[in-house]
Amino acid sequence: MLSPELPLDDWLARLDDLAGRSAGFFLERPIVLDVAELDIDRTQLKELLAELANRNVRIMGIEGGRPSIMGPGMPPAMRGGRPAPDVEVPAAEPAQAAEKAAEVLPEAQPIRAPASMIVREPVRSGQSIIFPEGDVTVIGSVASGAEIIAGGSVHIYGTLRGRALAGSVGNAGARIFCRRLEAELLAIDGVYKTAEDMAPDLRGQAVQLWLDGDSIKAERLN
Amino acid sequence: MAKVVVVTSGKGGVGKTTSSAALGAALAQRGEKTVVVDFDVGLRNLDLVMGAERRVVYDIVNVIQGDAKLPQALIRDKRLDTLFLLPASQTRDKDSLTAEGVEQVMNDLKRHFDWIICDSPAGIERGATLAMRHADVAVVVTNPEVSSVRDSDRIIGLLDSKTEKAELGERMEKHLLLTRYDAVRAERGDMLKVDDVLEILSIPLLGIVPESMDVLKASNIGAPVTLADSRSAPALAYLDAARRLAGETVPMTIPGEKRGLLGKIFGRRAA
Repeated sequence: MLSPELPLDDWLARLDDLAGRSAGFFLERPIVLDVAELDIDRTQLKELLAELANRNVRIMGIEGGRPSIMGPGMPPAMRGGRPAPDVEVPAAEPAQAAEKAAEVLPEAQPIRAPASMIVREPVRSGQSIIFPEGDVTVIGSVASGAEIIAGGSVHIYGTLRGRALAGSVGNAGARIFCRRLEAELLAIDGVYKTAEDMAPDLRGQAVQLWLDGDSIKAERLN
Repeated sequence: MAKVVVVTSGKGGVGKTTSSAALGAALAQRGEKTVVVDFDVGLRNLDLVMGAERRVVYDIVNVIQGDAKLPQALIRDKRLDTLFLLPASQTRDKDSLTAEGVEQVMNDLKRHFDWIICDSPAGIERGATLAMRHADVAVVVTNPEVSSVRDSDRIIGLLDSKTEKAELGERMEKHLLLTRYDAVRAERGDMLKVDDVLEILSIPLLGIVPESMDVLKASNIGAPVTLADSRSAPALAYLDAARRLAGETVPMTIPGEKRGLLGKIFGRRAA
């Protein structure tokens, strides 16, 4: 997760400095941009995204952005993301140390409940199933543009084409299971993976996904 | 007992109006009294496709606002005396449709007709939700391409949540009408195949209408496809679809492919 500070020019210079010192720092990593502390408008956000794109930093989601500054063509808005430690800035300079402190969010309390939710129909595009209390099982497919958000694990007896977010209230042990993986986005405990970052050989397969440290692991079920 | 059918799709330009006119005419050709209602206030086209544009005096908005009585607004087709049109207004917008007004009109129509075909506007806003609100059956018109399929999926979700039937806890009957289908391009991979669309949408198939010049020709002469040339491939597809809608079992054929084999493959999926 990146949390830019104003003025943006200075912050970008520091980012360049950091990237220069550790080659490939942002390469191939999905980054969430945290703009909650940033007082900018849509145009400025657009410029910032362009600057980051020039540096090959791939932003897969924007967190803490007011709806008014979000625009078409921007990465989707997200909530409840966790700063991944491997993207944190080393505490080389005092300014960066302060930035690191700001990134640490209060740990969410895990909710333990033996609850589960069964959805007996396909989840259609635009529908959102939110069940923070426990597992969600879908008997059918999850369409492109639909999402399942579960406090526990997500089980899909069909094709997962939309988004599945497991462990949404802070449960690193949650998993995602699906009979056929065509997902747009997968998340476990706030760690995200977009379709572009998934191994192509998993597409169309029965797959389970879990969290190992700060990366999502996947394996075929058959 | 009248049956209310909404013809909907989410996406524009997939063939809702063409299909409404063709299915309406096909049902009327069976001798059942049918009215096709245009809900696309502000962008009405059904009158053109049915060749009644020069006969529109009053429209659905006039009826809702009490400026005209329902029989004054209904236009009887010149070719088929069982087919009627209730046109939309071209000068108003969709906000002139009120929930109470639409309900009143639908209740009146139900007393006089066997079939009420509601031609929904594109989108998921007021016009579209009012068109589907009182339906017993939905015909989801889809082209074999990804954006149309996704929008149809969205509409199916709304049919299961925003309609009167859904609010009463009943299940809305939904059928897929695949239009502008081209078997050669689907085989080449330029288009989704029938199976792919069915797998994604998982609702029963009502019919497959081939991409054809006959459709354009028919709308240019202002005749529903099934009336313009009832022997053309799209007309046959619509006539079969109407029979299935009326509850008959008709083997499914995919235009441009051999009949026997496909009857076997798709027969079981027929609505």
